[in-house]
Amino acid sequence: MTNTVAPEALTFECETGNYHTFCPISCVAWLYQKIEDSFFLVIGTKTCGYFLQNAMGVMIFAEPRYAMAELEEGDISAKLNDYDELKRLCLQIKRDRNPSVIVWIGTCTTEIIKMDLEGLAPKLESEIGIPIVVARANGLDYAFTQGEDTVLAAMAARCPNQAPEVEKEERNGIQKLLSFGKKKEEVAAEESEYVEHPPLVLFGSLPDPVVTQLTLELKKQGIKVSGWLPAKRYTELPVIEEGYYVSGLNPFLSRTATTLMRRRKCKLIGAPFPIGPDGSRAWIEKICSVFGIEPKGLAEREKQIWENLEDYIQLIRGKSVFFMGDNLLEISLARFLIRCGMTCSEIGIPYMDKRYQKAELEMLEKTCNEMGASLPKIIEKPDNYNQIQRIYELKPDLVITGMAHANPLEARGINTKWSVEFTFAQIHGFTNARDILELVTRPLRRNHALKDLGWDKLVKEEANV
Amino acid sequence: MKLAYWMYAGPAHIGTLRVASSFKNVHAIMHAPLGDDYFNVMRSMLERERDYTPVTASVVDRNVLARGSQEKVVDNIVRKDKEETPDLIVLTPTCTSSILQEDLENFVERAQLDAKGDVMLADVNHYRVNELQAADNTLQQIVKYYIEKAKKKGELPEGKTEKPSVNIIGVSTLGFHNQHDCTELKRLMADLGIEVNEVIPEGASVHNLKNLPRAWFNLTPYRELGIMAAKYLESEFGTPYVDITPMGVVETARCIRKIQQVVNAQGANVDYEEFIDNQTLHVSQAAWFSRSIDCQNLTGKKAVVFGDNTHAAAMTKILAREMGIHVVWAGTYCKYDADWFREQVSEYCDEVLITEDNGEIGDAIARVEPSAIFGTQMERHVGKRLNIPCGVIAAPIHIQNFPIGYKPFMGYEGTNQIADLVYNSFTLGMEDHLLEIFGGHDTKEVITKSISADSDLNWTKEAKAELNKVPGFVRGKVKRNTEKFARERGFEQISLEVMYAAKESVGA
Repeated sequence: MTNTVAPEALTFECETGNYHTFCPISCVAWLYQKIEDSFFLVIGTKTCGYFLQNAMGVMIFAEPRYAMAELEEGDISAKLNDYDELKRLCLQIKRDRNPSVIVWIGTCTTEIIKMDLEGLAPKLESEIGIPIVVARANGLDYAFTQGEDTVLAAMAARCPNQAPEVEKEERNGIQKLLSFGKKKEEVAAEESEYVEHPPLVLFGSLPDPVVTQLTLELKKQGIKVSGWLPAKRYTELPVIEEGYYVSGLNPFLSRTATTLMRRRKCKLIGAPFPIGPDGSRAWIEKICSVFGIEPKGLAEREKQIWENLEDYIQLIRGKSVFFMGDNLLEISLARFLIRCGMTCSEIGIPYMDKRYQKAELEMLEKTCNEMGASLPKIIEKPDNYNQIQRIYELKPDLVITGMAHANPLEARGINTKWSVEFTFAQIHGFTNARDILELVTRPLRRNHALKDLGWDKLVKEEANV
Repeated sequence: MKLAYWMYAGPAHIGTLRVASSFKNVHAIMHAPLGDDYFNVMRSMLERERDYTPVTASVVDRNVLARGSQEKVVDNIVRKDKEETPDLIVLTPTCTSSILQEDLENFVERAQLDAKGDVMLADVNHYRVNELQAADNTLQQIVKYYIEKAKKKGELPEGKTEKPSVNIIGVSTLGFHNQHDCTELKRLMADLGIEVNEVIPEGASVHNLKNLPRAWFNLTPYRELGIMAAKYLESEFGTPYVDITPMGVVETARCIRKIQQVVNAQGANVDYEEFIDNQTLHVSQAAWFSRSIDCQNLTGKKAVVFGDNTHAAAMTKILAREMGIHVVWAGTYCKYDADWFREQVSEYCDEVLITEDNGEIGDAIARVEPSAIFGTQMERHVGKRLNIPCGVIAAPIHIQNFPIGYKPFMGYEGTNQIADLVYNSFTLGMEDHLLEIFGGHDTKEVITKSISADSDLNWTKEAKAELNKVPGFVRGKVKRNTEKFARERGFEQISLEVMYAAKESVGA
C-alpha cells in the first residue's frame, strides 16, 4: 500500500490489543452446522468449554456435533499419554456419531504444553479410519472469526487434487455442480449457459441460501462455480487443481487464501467482498474482469437494490458510526455504510491483512472520496479503554461493539449494535443488503420510538471509566 | 481427558471474578489469552448491567509465551490503578496462565510499589477447584486480607454492635436470584429486630470489611459461597455463624430458631416463636397451600431434583416434607461436597445422585419418568425432549432466570414463590383430572418426542384409541410401559386387553 503515505489516504494505527472479542474456537458454532457430517472436538480446558456453552446459548441443547476434550491435571503434567487419551475419545465419538471427519481444535493450552496435534492426527487417522483435521484456533494467535480461517486453511489441504473417476455414481448428486449422473445432452445444454473460463472455487463458510444466491448471481454472468470451501459435507470438498482460480467471501480468510495460493497453487482473485450492493457488484465485476467477461446488467441491479434500501438509508444518512472492532468484517461494513451516507471516524479491527484486503481498502478510500466523507482511522489491535474515551468525546450516533460494552454504552445514552450479529446474519450479496441495514438501523428505530420519554441516560453518575 | 458437552460449574477464574466484581470499586485483571474475558459478556447480558464490568485482561499472546509477561502485567495493573483508582486490584490467573507458571506473586509485589490501591493475587488452582470453590476461597482471601490490614494499622473496631446484628455473607453477582434473596433476608432480619451489619460481597466496599467483627453472628445462606469466610471470622473473632438456608417454611423456621439461640447466647433474650407461627400460618401462603385441595392432587406425584447443593437440598426437603411429593432421586453437581448433600437429603428421597455428567442425568430422568423436574437449564432441556415440565432452581441459568420482578427463593416470600413454581410445573391438578375423565382434548394421532427406540409392536385400533384418551403428558409413559410389558411377555399385538393387563401389572 504505497498510497498510505499520501496525505489524503487511510491511516493505520496499532494500539495495545487490550480489547474484547470472542475466542476463535467459537467458529465451531457455525462450522459444525455448515459441515453436516463433521464433528468438532475442542481440546482444551473448562475455560474453553464454559465459553462455548455460554456464547452458543441455546445451540448447545440441540445435540451438537461438537464436544470438549477437557484436559485434566494428568494431561498437563504428561502423566497421561496424549495419543491414548485422544484415541479413546475419538473412538467414542466414532461409535456414538460416526462422523465423516473429526476436526481437532487446538487451544491455548495445547499450544503451551506443546501437544503435537498435527503429528498425532495422521497416526490416529489411519488407526481409526476417520479423517482428522487439525486447526489451531487459539486465543494466543487469533481473534474470533479467524478461527474459521484456521479451519478452512487446514481443510484446503484435504481438498482432492482431481475429480475422482469411479466414485462419480456413488456421490450424492444433488448439490454437485459437476452434473454427475446426468445425460450428456443435459450437461451440454447446461454447460452452454456458462462462458468458458478456468475453474473457480469460492472459499468462506456461508449459510446455504447465501451460497445459492451468490452462485446464481455469478451464473447470470456465465460464470460457473466449480465448488465451495467448505461444502455442505466434508465428503463433498471441492476438487482443487493447480491453476484454479479462487476468491474469498469474507475479509478474515487470509490464511486460507495464502494456503490456496502457496500450497494448492491457485490464483487468488483479490476483490472487495460481496457485502452491500456496492461490494457485491465490485466482487462480481472483478471476477468477470479476470475471466475477460463483460459484466451484464450489474449497474441496473445495483441501482435497483439501492432504491429498495432508501427507506432505511434515510434513517442513517449523515449519521456517524464507530467500529470498536472484534470480527474483521469492519472494513467492508464501514465501506458499505459510508456509501449509505454515514460518516466513520474510526474503524477498530483485530487484525489487518493489507494484502488480502487490498481491494477492499482501495474501495473504502474511493468510497470516502466519492461520498465526500473524511477518511477513517483504522485502528489495529485496539484498546477498548481508550476507544471508550474517544466515544465519549466524539458522541457517535451508533457504536458497533461487543456485548461487553453494549449495555453500559446504552445506559449512557449511546446507541449500540451488537457486532456479533453481523457474523451470524446473512449479509452477503445483493439480496441481503437489506438485512445489514435492518441490523444497523434497529437501535436507531428502537430509540426513535422511545425518544420522547426522557430515558436517555440511565446511570446516576458518569462512571469514571 | 474427559469428553464433555456441558458443564455445570464453570472454571475457577469465573468464581474469583464473580466475587471481585461483586464488590464496589474492585477491579480484576485476568492473566489470560484474548477471548477469555467472556465473563464481561455474561455479566452484561445476564444481569443486564448498566456499568462496565470491572474486569480486564492482561493479554497473554505469542510474545508472552516466548519471553514471559515481563513488564506487561505490572504495567496493566498500574495503568488500571491510575485510570479507575480502584480500592483493590485482584490479579486473576486462568487455566492458561497457571501452566505458564510465571511468578505472578512477584508481579503483584512490584505493582504494589507503584499502585495507590491494594493489589492481590487470587489464590486458586485451576485444575483442582471449580467456580464455586474458587469463589468461596477468593471471598475468604479478600476478607482475611483486609482484616489483617486493619489489624496491622490498629484500625480494627472494638466490640460488637449495641443491638444484635448480622453479616450476610455469600450474595454475589451471577448468583441464582441472589439479589432478590438478599432483599428478602434483609427484610427478615428487620422483622426479627436484627441490624444488618454488612452484606458481602455484593455491593460492599472493601473499606467496610474491617467492620465485620462487630456483628453478633454471620449468616451464610448459600452452602457454596461464604462458609470459608464465616469459618475464618469464627476462628479469628469467635463470631458464630448460621449456615441453615432459610428456603422453605420448615427450614426458614429452623434458621430463625438457630439465630435465636445464637443471639440469646450473647445475652439478647429474644423469642421468635410467635413470629414464626404468625408468618407460617397467616403471612406466608405456603403452609396453607400445602393443606389446600390443589396441593392434595400433587400427593405422591413423582419428581426429580438436580442442582447445586443449596438449592437441590432445599427443594428436595420442600417437595417431600412440605408438599407430599415423591422425590425419586435428588442430585447435585457439587461433587467436592457430596457428603453434606447426602446427609441433607437421604431421608427425603429414594436415591441420591452425585455427578457432573449431564448424559447420566438425562438417562436417570428418562428412566424414572417423573411428572416434573426441578433442575438447571440443562434439565429443562431434557424435560423438553421428554415432554416433562421443569422448574429451574439452580445455576447454570439463562437470561430468563434473572427476572426483573421480585422473585426471592429465601425467606417467607421465597416460600410463596417456590409454591408457585412447583404448582405451575406440575400440570394443573384439576385440569389433569378433568382430562382423564373426559378422555382428553388432544386429538393428535402421532406419538412422537419419546426418547425410546421406535416401536416394533402393533397397536390395535381400539387400543390406539384408548391410548389417545390418556392425557398427553403421561401418554408417552403409558405407551412405553405397555410396550415393555408386551415385549416381556411376548405379545406381538397390543389389544385393549393387553393394555389393561399392563396397567394392572406395572401401573402403566
